[in-house]
Amino acid sequence: MAMATDAPKETFRLSMLVYDTRYRSYTIQIVVLLLFAMAVAWLLNNTVENLAVRGKEFNFAFLWQRAGYDIGQQLIPYTNDDTHFRALLVGLVNTLVVAFWGCVFATILGVIIGVLRLSNNWLIGRLMTVYVEVFRNVPLLLWILLSYVILSETTPQPRDFRVTDEMIAAGEEPKASMILFDTVAVTNRGTNIPAPLFDRSLGSIQIGFLPVSLNLLAFIVVIIASVWANRRLLAHAKAVQEATGDRPVTWWKSLLILFGPVIALKFALGLHLEIPELKGFNFQGGILVAHSFTALLIALSLYTAAFIAEIVRAGILAISRGQTEAAFALGLRPNRTMSLIILPQALRVIIPPLISQFLNLTKNTSLGIAVSYLDLRGTLGGITLNQTGRELECMLLMMLIYLSISLMISAVMNIYNKSVQLKAR
Amino acid sequence: MSVSFTRKEMLPPLPPPVGERGVVKWARENLFSSPLNIALTVLGVLIVWWLVSASLPWWLNSVWNASSLGECREIVAARAGEGATGACWAMIRERWHQFIFGFYPPSEYWRPVLAFGLLFAALAPVLFSGEKRNLLIVLGSVTVFLAVTLWLAETPVVALVLSLALAVVLVAVSQIAPGKVLWFTLIYPPLCYWLLWGGSIWSPIVAMAGFAVLYAVFRLASPLIGLAPAAGAGVVAAVLWWLYLDVPIASFLQSALPFGIDAINSDRFGGFLLAIVIGVTGISFSLPIGILLALGRQSDMLIVKTLSVGFIEFIRGVPLITLLFTASLLLQYFLPPGTNFDIILRVIILVTFFAAAYLAEVIRGGLAALPRGQYEAADALGLDYWRAQRLIILPQALKISIPSIVSTFIGLFKDTTLVAFVGLMDPLKGVTQIVRADINWKGIYWEPYIFVGAIFFVFCFGMSRYSMYLEQKLKTDHR
Repeated sequence: MAMATDAPKETFRLSMLVYDTRYRSYTIQIVVLLLFAMAVAWLLNNTVENLAVRGKEFNFAFLWQRAGYDIGQQLIPYTNDDTHFRALLVGLVNTLVVAFWGCVFATILGVIIGVLRLSNNWLIGRLMTVYVEVFRNVPLLLWILLSYVILSETTPQPRDFRVTDEMIAAGEEPKASMILFDTVAVTNRGTNIPAPLFDRSLGSIQIGFLPVSLNLLAFIVVIIASVWANRRLLAHAKAVQEATGDRPVTWWKSLLILFGPVIALKFALGLHLEIPELKGFNFQGGILVAHSFTALLIALSLYTAAFIAEIVRAGILAISRGQTEAAFALGLRPNRTMSLIILPQALRVIIPPLISQFLNLTKNTSLGIAVSYLDLRGTLGGITLNQTGRELECMLLMMLIYLSISLMISAVMNIYNKSVQLKAR
Repeated sequence: MSVSFTRKEMLPPLPPPVGERGVVKWARENLFSSPLNIALTVLGVLIVWWLVSASLPWWLNSVWNASSLGECREIVAARAGEGATGACWAMIRERWHQFIFGFYPPSEYWRPVLAFGLLFAALAPVLFSGEKRNLLIVLGSVTVFLAVTLWLAETPVVALVLSLALAVVLVAVSQIAPGKVLWFTLIYPPLCYWLLWGGSIWSPIVAMAGFAVLYAVFRLASPLIGLAPAAGAGVVAAVLWWLYLDVPIASFLQSALPFGIDAINSDRFGGFLLAIVIGVTGISFSLPIGILLALGRQSDMLIVKTLSVGFIEFIRGVPLITLLFTASLLLQYFLPPGTNFDIILRVIILVTFFAAAYLAEVIRGGLAALPRGQYEAADALGLDYWRAQRLIILPQALKISIPSIVSTFIGLFKDTTLVAFVGLMDPLKGVTQIVRADINWKGIYWEPYIFVGAIFFVFCFGMSRYSMYLEQKLKTDHR
């Protein structure tokens, strides 16, 4: 009688590394890792050799040297005696400012256009389709260059705004006039907008290397506090309503809480607008916004808005008609249907691609170099790089900064995305 | 005698009321259905009116024959009165060749034109696989296009005859054996390279022979040592061929049988020629790399997955401009001292990687959207990894992600304008600035931007329409 034999003994052969699925993945991974390590070592070795050949070294000490160049738009104090690092910060702030406002305007415009494109008004629907197709299918660079050229070559010179006594006597109008109730002047040198000034300023404090205006801080604190108080008020009203059935009248209290403190603070600090005025050959007072900033902002907003419009449209279309009908069957009014049923579901579809549009917009701010907007790319990757000749350090640092901005935006937006995501059980 | 009080025959039906038919009904439903809608219509009419009234005179007063912007303005003023506006297309008429070809020598314009025409011949079998009718339409149009444009570009007679013969042969082959046209797609890349950059014909042929070496070694060795080692041996043999044998053999053949066309340096490339070269090469190479990266990211192997994720996230996290500057400034640090290779090639490599990272994410979306059952069914059939991917997973995943893949391609094509920042002559910043710096055309801005924008629009819009066609064609669900 045959004895039950053991399972055939596993003998390990070398070919099993390739043909046996148990080992193959390890083989592949080890080969890939080796190749990768070799490639990295090769690149590093080349870099070291190249640096030696050029007589350069790899360090970031140059960041603390005197920069020696001026930056037109500076939201944190900077003179050409400051360090390259300071110039980098100014550039970074410029990048973030244009990215922030670009995201805001692009979202507003994109949502409006996306919704209008779905409207059953034939004319408006077609117009919005044309807008979206035209802006999506033409390079962003064209929009940036075109806005810049139009702003800087077709706008009047400051002297065209002048009104002389002879002109008044002759009843002539000046060649150009300020817009928005005589507060904003668009000239070929830039846009002059009113500046907020404080009679009794609180001054500013230094946090690290960034000065923070206490006035602004005071306004932010007051607004947050009023919103919080208003929410408490509404919650209280709701509690009373649930307990007694009567909802206390809240609207005038809400108005008072929301606007009272802010207006009081405005008078306490003496906030007023300083309107730019033509003095001599140029406008004085107010803030001069360079055309490079305006052009970049306009182009980024219009371009990204076309993409956001498509995302919004797709998001709304993705919600099936049955949802609306079910909501109506439940007796919800149309605007309640929109806010309670359609939007929360549409947002889930809209948010992820919207995040990547924000990221794209932020990265596209680097095209500001086309109109000499001194953002991060213009300061660190442009003038600093050319002055110090530290290509390797500057480029790596710049990539690192852009990478961190991107990762931060996507992290923040992902948290938000999680909060609106469908809770599957 | 009876008088009937009722009508014996039916009255013909009345037409619907005026408000319920024709234009009036349509307008009531589509333009004036509610107060909000009426307001929107008024707004829309105002916008259209504003656009038309601002631009129509400008278009109508277009000037095509002038030698400077000043002359244009004089002509417009003479024609339409002082203060009238008019487009000055004379600039385009004088400089269009720079917008299209950059500084490519005018006597050689037939080469990019030929390469462009053949591009569609090479794309046709990929885009319309096996559809005889579409192949005939595309290849026929290519033949006509080549006949006309090559004639206009003053092509040398030999080249003209050869190119037209090639086109006619392609048309014939497409009707006899549609599958065989794909062979032309395979030889197109080296042919296009040779046409554009010129030089000895032997360099691209010998370089392509490397692939033949790879295949031969693989076929010879696979019965002896198995598939995977044979593939490895083939790759090693091909690399050795390219490293050590390629240049000597090519130069030997060139000295034995000299045949070539004028070599053109990369700095002569510009305008849409440059944009299309970078765009098409980037598109065709980024798709396979993107697929591999997406598969790597979905893989169970930790190291492969980590490397793929790292690569994708790094590339997607930085702006394309920084990568282009890497190509122009940093590559000299990363390569062995003394290496110096073509700037266009460097830019193409970086643009390809950039697009590949975006494609990888798009394709990953498609892979993730496939029901789990598809993977399990492939396993149950006993298919190995690559067969399962090739036969079951990828066809479905790619089909799902077609719209996003095409919009990535459109983005890549638009991004080719960014090469201006590393000193190449793209149509937008490079050429337009040269034109605008010319004393004759100083101060012109709408015309060049409209011209360049319109060409970009045609290409990108065409691509997006094609993706819609493809979606329709591949649609298999029964809705």
